[in-house]
Amino acid sequence: MKKIATREAYGQALVALGQENGDVVVLDADLSKSTKTIEFKKVFPERFFDMGIAEANMVGTAAGLAAAGKTPFCSTFAVFATGRTYDQIRQSVAYPQLNVKIAATHAGLTVGEDGASHQSVEDIALMRVLPGMTVFVPADAVEVHGAVAAAARIDGPVYIRLGRFPVPVLHGDDFEFVPGRAVELRQGSDVTIIACGIMVAEALQAAEDLSAEGINATVLNIHTVKPLDEAAITRAARQTGAVVTAEEHSIIGGLGSAVAEVLVENCPVPMVRVGVRDTFGESGKPGELLVKYGLTAADIASAVRAVLKRK
Amino acid sequence: MISIDPSEVRVRANRIRCHIVNMICAAGSGHPGGSLSAADIVGALYFGGMRIDPARPDWPDRDRFVLSKGHAAPVLYAALAERGYFPVEDLVSLRKLGSPLQGHPDMNKLKGVEMSTGSLGQGLSVANGMAMAAKIDGKDFRVFVLLGDGELQEGQVWEAAMAAAHYGLDNVTAFVDFNGLQIDGPVTEVMSPLPIADKWLAFGWHVIEIDGHDIEQVFRAIEESRTVEGRPTAVIANTIKGKGVSFMESVVDWHGVAPKEEQRNQALAELTERRPG
Repeated sequence: MKKIATREAYGQALVALGQENGDVVVLDADLSKSTKTIEFKKVFPERFFDMGIAEANMVGTAAGLAAAGKTPFCSTFAVFATGRTYDQIRQSVAYPQLNVKIAATHAGLTVGEDGASHQSVEDIALMRVLPGMTVFVPADAVEVHGAVAAAARIDGPVYIRLGRFPVPVLHGDDFEFVPGRAVELRQGSDVTIIACGIMVAEALQAAEDLSAEGINATVLNIHTVKPLDEAAITRAARQTGAVVTAEEHSIIGGLGSAVAEVLVENCPVPMVRVGVRDTFGESGKPGELLVKYGLTAADIASAVRAVLKRK
Repeated sequence: MISIDPSEVRVRANRIRCHIVNMICAAGSGHPGGSLSAADIVGALYFGGMRIDPARPDWPDRDRFVLSKGHAAPVLYAALAERGYFPVEDLVSLRKLGSPLQGHPDMNKLKGVEMSTGSLGQGLSVANGMAMAAKIDGKDFRVFVLLGDGELQEGQVWEAAMAAAHYGLDNVTAFVDFNGLQIDGPVTEVMSPLPIADKWLAFGWHVIEIDGHDIEQVFRAIEESRTVEGRPTAVIANTIKGKGVSFMESVVDWHGVAPKEEQRNQALAELTERRPG
């Protein structure tokens, strides 16, 4: 299966968006070669601003551009895009509901060798708690194109979580990205696996492996963590009676938490969260890290077996 | 050229001061010191200094004012009301539940407020973004921003100062309300931002130093900043915290305390007595 990192798709999606929308401007903080915003810069140099290694100012500047009618996309690594700039995003973007898009790359452990200082496992939690913030976590290149286009259509703040690690292309070009709508990739009656980002491909693999054991899993791809498709999640939980979530993020505050919040109020079922367990990452190859921190198809399958015992 | 008579602006600034005292007293909380120190600067901007139209607060070509020191919201509200953006009678709703006059400015609750502020250090970045949008669109509007002197302790201010010079944002004018005091004491004792003018110069800005209570000097600084090419302008405005109310002037404790009714009456009496024109 063809693999492409979501950040690569982001660079291409920005160029496509720039061609159809003259209000789009792009800001970066000295990482344009890594975030791939350089692709936009090559085509639209007059609408690209390198703000240097000053992320807080980048976000504030984006707020001003938005207040004057532009549609700014700001990019840097997720750990900086949400951590260093949290107050700027809260005060100058989310609170005034300005039309700023934070497109953060290098999210999660799969940054790899750079280690824990660069591995964001908290960003979904930080962004999702902000009132009015939309949170997209695309699972593949096709969803990135959809998420970028959708973000530009939304009049308000949007966070897009992107990765450095090549992931399989799951969708055909005819895939329609509808913000806030879960994508059912597989239907089963025994358990529901709910995943986002790079963990969607792992979830599909786990479902495939489990089918050999006679366990049939529904797989829901949540490309929009906020607003969450509560109806689809509740329906799947009701139909299967057990849920496993999978995310390349802390199990505190991320997708797993969001799903738990929905289910505890609407349809409590046995549930297990696969994710980073209240720890920082470390240096290593992306694949090694996924194994060490329990973020593989095998880990999801184990979680499914465990949750089925509690049904 | 600014055509308005400075003496008329002095009358307006005095009224703005009366509104500030009155509304903070009515609210029972708020920040009189830094609102009063900025009354002449903000008054000069809203009466003659800026190209604005209260009937068209969303006019795309208007000049913008960003109150980076958002705790001085009363001076902004008073100027907006005095200029006709909303009735002056509404000023006493400051900080009350459901009021558009939030404790710190909210651009979505009150027409005329250009940016929601309150967390210090962020307004210059926002002003820069507005100025960049003007450059991209070939528009000639100007962006004014007011910073506190204590606010200069925020690192983001200097990120923004660097960026404004780097991108040649000669459509930005940043006023520094240099009243010398912050919550914990004199700025020089808490965390000295001095020398202020030298810092802006070193960052590549055109710098003007003025008496921030002299309307004619404020007007001259605004006009001069409009003529500077290729560089943003910083106006270091020497001011007195609590200016206009004898018992508040240069008193640290009046940073964030509301006057009681008796104190308000005394303040209003002083301001009325000294009313120019």
